[in-house]
Amino acid sequence: MTEKVNDTIENEAGAEEPQEPTAASEEKRAAGNESQEPVITIRGLKKAFKDHEVLKGVDLEVRKGENVVVLGKSGSGKSVLIKCMVGLEYPDEGEISVLGQDISTLKYEELNALRVRVGFLFQNAALYDSMTVRENLAFPLRKHKKTMTREKKEAVIMEMLENVGLTDSIDQMPSKLSGGQSKRIGLARTLILRPEIMLYDEPTTGLDTGTAHEISELMIKMKQKYNISSITITHDMACARLTADRIIMLKEGVVVAEGNYEELEKSKDEWIRSFFH
Amino acid sequence: MPPSLNPYQKAKIHVTVKRSELQKFFYAAGDLVAFAGRFFGNVLKPPYEWREIFYQCFLVGYKSTFLISLTGFIMGAVLTIQTRPSMAQFGAISMIPGMISVSVVREIGPMITALICCGKIGSRMGAELGSMKVTEQIDAMEVSAINPFRYLVVTRTLATILMVPMLTIYSDIIALFGGYLAMNIHDTTTLRHFFVAAMSHLEFIDVLPAIIKTFFFGGVIGLIGCYKGWNARRGTESVGMAANSAVVASSLAVFVIDMLAAQITDLLV
Repeated sequence: MTEKVNDTIENEAGAEEPQEPTAASEEKRAAGNESQEPVITIRGLKKAFKDHEVLKGVDLEVRKGENVVVLGKSGSGKSVLIKCMVGLEYPDEGEISVLGQDISTLKYEELNALRVRVGFLFQNAALYDSMTVRENLAFPLRKHKKTMTREKKEAVIMEMLENVGLTDSIDQMPSKLSGGQSKRIGLARTLILRPEIMLYDEPTTGLDTGTAHEISELMIKMKQKYNISSITITHDMACARLTADRIIMLKEGVVVAEGNYEELEKSKDEWIRSFFH
Repeated sequence: MPPSLNPYQKAKIHVTVKRSELQKFFYAAGDLVAFAGRFFGNVLKPPYEWREIFYQCFLVGYKSTFLISLTGFIMGAVLTIQTRPSMAQFGAISMIPGMISVSVVREIGPMITALICCGKIGSRMGAELGSMKVTEQIDAMEVSAINPFRYLVVTRTLATILMVPMLTIYSDIIALFGGYLAMNIHDTTTLRHFFVAAMSHLEFIDVLPAIIKTFFFGGVIGLIGCYKGWNARRGTESVGMAANSAVVASSLAVFVIDMLAAQITDLLV
């Protein structure tokens, strides 16, 4: 049963907002002003692997310009949830509508057309290790922007690298990059096609606190710059606090709570509180 | 303490395990056939990944030339050195070039080249695609709306189909050259005379089936290498397993194709 924390906790969130860093506060306010048009709608999503039921009827809605953070313990089905949204996994039951299109009814070409509008940042960035950073960024452009001139492509690559502050790494191989740098390049590569939605799969996992903070700030910056709606899967509460407009808590394949960071932090439910303390 | 099993129970367990292994083998074989079907379904569909095909041809062909040269040379030389005493007994030294050319072109050249390619190319493809699978690079390609099967599997398999025959022809020539040098250890012959003698014993039926079967060798090396990598499980251990099983399975497939090719050629002659 979903616990709507918004309804049960007194409206004190506004009083606590100054705790948030300035960029995050501005972002949250901006998100509040955004249109309420949903860009992702999930209804009754079920997914099982053999006998193991991972998702047991998930409902979720992401509105335009909003970042929804999905929290949950390992094995709760968080990654499966976002993989279903881009057709990497197929649901057993339920509906997934992304940018107004029902994923399950799309043909391969239609799904690919939708995938161009949805970015996916993998946990380990998933950079193509046989290509340099430049080639990694050029690869999606080469495939999807065939009419774009070489100079324009180079300019877009440089713009993306400037966004993530790694213009010096343009000719490096991914094996020479640190974890944080790989994540930044992965983000740049994902954003190069200007997606309308970003799906982040544990973007700060395996990074030190400082680098994780930088990645979170970068996510906010990119969201503001390109007006991107997003879903973030994370265990990192600092990242969740900084980036989330709304948090969904997933427990054993079911959404058990929903609200903003401050609201959920005050929840009386032991399981929810265990994430915050 | 577990209860002791009588011989019948032990035999029953043994049969069950073996049956399960046999089932797995047939499932894997069926899966490989489906994978091959997917390859043929994609290979003629545009857009063609020319750039990647040429790059893979470079990796498969050019990067293997040293190894193929070395093994081809040794193969020709050793064959000449070891057959010379027997041929000398019958006073048939002049037949050595012909014997070398027929055995190299018909059988030894294609087989040795294919087995070298299984080890070098099959394992590389298994490990490369396995590693890409484990690190989610294939998924990353998929979500970027790029068909990873076409970009990774079709290009690599096409490269092996095109390059293995070329490597085989190259290996045959180097093996004949090795044979020529080995023959000059005890006897004296000119390069021109050696090659003229070698070619005069070769017939159309020696050359064409041998070349045709190398296209199939290339196909199975590429397909099995890619299949093993593509189906690697999550985890670094599976990368090594993919590379290893790619070599074993493709070598076995090369032998099976060779046997079938020999039978078909025999029927045609």
